[in-house]
Amino acid sequence: MTSPAPIAEPQETPRPGAATVPALSIDGVSHAYGPRRALMDVSFNVQPASFTALLGLNGAGKSTLFSLITRLFGIQTGRVGIFGHDVSKSPGEALRLLGVVFQPRTLDLDLSLTQNLIYHAALHGIGRREASARSAELLDRIGLADRAASKVRDLSGGQMRRLEIARALLHRPRLLLLDEPTVGLDVKARADIISHVRQLVTEQGIGVLWATHLFDEIMPGDDLVVLHQGKVLAQGPMSRVVAEAGAQDVNTAFMRLTGAQTMPGGGA
Amino acid sequence: MSSITTREAPRGFSSAEYMTCLTGIVWREGLRFLHQRERFVSALVRPLVWLFIFAAGFRQVLGISIIPPYETYILYEVYIAPGLMAMIQLFNGMQSSLSMVYDREMGNMRTLLVSPLPRGFLLFCKLLAGTAVSLLQVYAFLLIAWLWDITPPPQGYLTVLPALILSGLMLGSLGMLISSGIKQLENFAGVMNFVIFPMFFASSALYPLWRVQEGNPYLYYLCEANPFTHAVELIRFALYGQVNWISLAVVALCTIVFMIGAILAYDPSRGLARRGPAGGEG
Repeated sequence: MTSPAPIAEPQETPRPGAATVPALSIDGVSHAYGPRRALMDVSFNVQPASFTALLGLNGAGKSTLFSLITRLFGIQTGRVGIFGHDVSKSPGEALRLLGVVFQPRTLDLDLSLTQNLIYHAALHGIGRREASARSAELLDRIGLADRAASKVRDLSGGQMRRLEIARALLHRPRLLLLDEPTVGLDVKARADIISHVRQLVTEQGIGVLWATHLFDEIMPGDDLVVLHQGKVLAQGPMSRVVAEAGAQDVNTAFMRLTGAQTMPGGGA
Repeated sequence: MSSITTREAPRGFSSAEYMTCLTGIVWREGLRFLHQRERFVSALVRPLVWLFIFAAGFRQVLGISIIPPYETYILYEVYIAPGLMAMIQLFNGMQSSLSMVYDREMGNMRTLLVSPLPRGFLLFCKLLAGTAVSLLQVYAFLLIAWLWDITPPPQGYLTVLPALILSGLMLGSLGMLISSGIKQLENFAGVMNFVIFPMFFASSALYPLWRVQEGNPYLYYLCEANPFTHAVELIRFALYGQVNWISLAVVALCTIVFMIGAILAYDPSRGLARRGPAGGEG
């Protein structure tokens, strides 16, 4: 994987992977809702074939950031690039490479699993025959092939999430965004989804940005971005972020960085 | 493993991809419509109440002379049928557009808008899909009206189709423009009072404009300036195999203006920001 990169430009090669175009690059992004500032000068990258955890409490600005990356909101300041395509300037090329799982459920409950997938494929210009073939393949992969014709309404929460992930992969994106995808799921469903997404990183080389506020979803090899009150407080490989915070684990590191109180009655 | 080292050249989208997207959006809207029987029933009950009760009571009060496109004296029910068809589209257009801008359909709008195709095109498809649904409602109404002895010429059912598509698009994009542009009209009651009722009553839907002119010339000018009047007249003439060119021009122009305005004014952050904990402003 880390075969020596051809020495292309000798100007600056700080670390391996810098020669490749990042899957996602967030560069000096700020966003405000009226007077309320939701994001302040946020910058970080997600590399292809990497799992980047975006860690932040509710209200840290994670969802705002997702809305900017998916061009749902116009970008006020800064730049967002997906494999080098600027989301504001060439949204078509950028969004083509992007798959998203939003935090709120966005499936059509009264339609069948296959119908949901075919609709999504159509939104990406993928015709009926190709869409049916890909849907069957993906449903098989997430273990829901026998439910293809059922209504989505009849699925469990975990199954719906798996379906949403399958849907996000239908147009074969190379960057996958997930906004707190395991919220409200039981332990088993959570574990299934996490391992599935990690497989996508290692087997298919997809770059993943995984927003969460759950520390136990982050593994030592992951890249970590700590977002707090609209600012990036730390970023880098998880082990380094933890070490630099002088902590033993992510939990403590996060608390130190944000100055949040964990202990009940921990003072002001 | 695929390694991506260079940025790819933009490849754009083929017309086949645009077509797939368009048909996919209309297909989904149709499927959803089939699952929402209540919506269908209430969309039909409204005009039928007007037809069965209001028109039956009112026909003694209001005599209709022979005016184009009619060639004989007609019953009042026959006169208001095109107005009720347009009313179905007015309600449908306002309802579906309002849900596009505000919360209810926000999840689906998110999925729609992450499509890589141009946003203006996606919104156009969505408006067209809403219009397709209104067509199903209008034809169901026409079927019941036929049983009630409102029998336009058989070919009228076909010639009215393009008129309905155009008027549906006009009313849908007007709804979207209004819900994006006027913050106060974020619920349906507001739209009913300030948009639907004035548009419907200040039009030729319920009474021929020459009668309005006799009573109050100012109201007459208002009715003439109302795009809804022209949607009604376009439908009325088309139902009898004729073209009202002035109405066609007005509706076509309004459709273009409203649609461009609606696409420019559409801002998904409004529907989303309202849901956030500190969303919106005070």
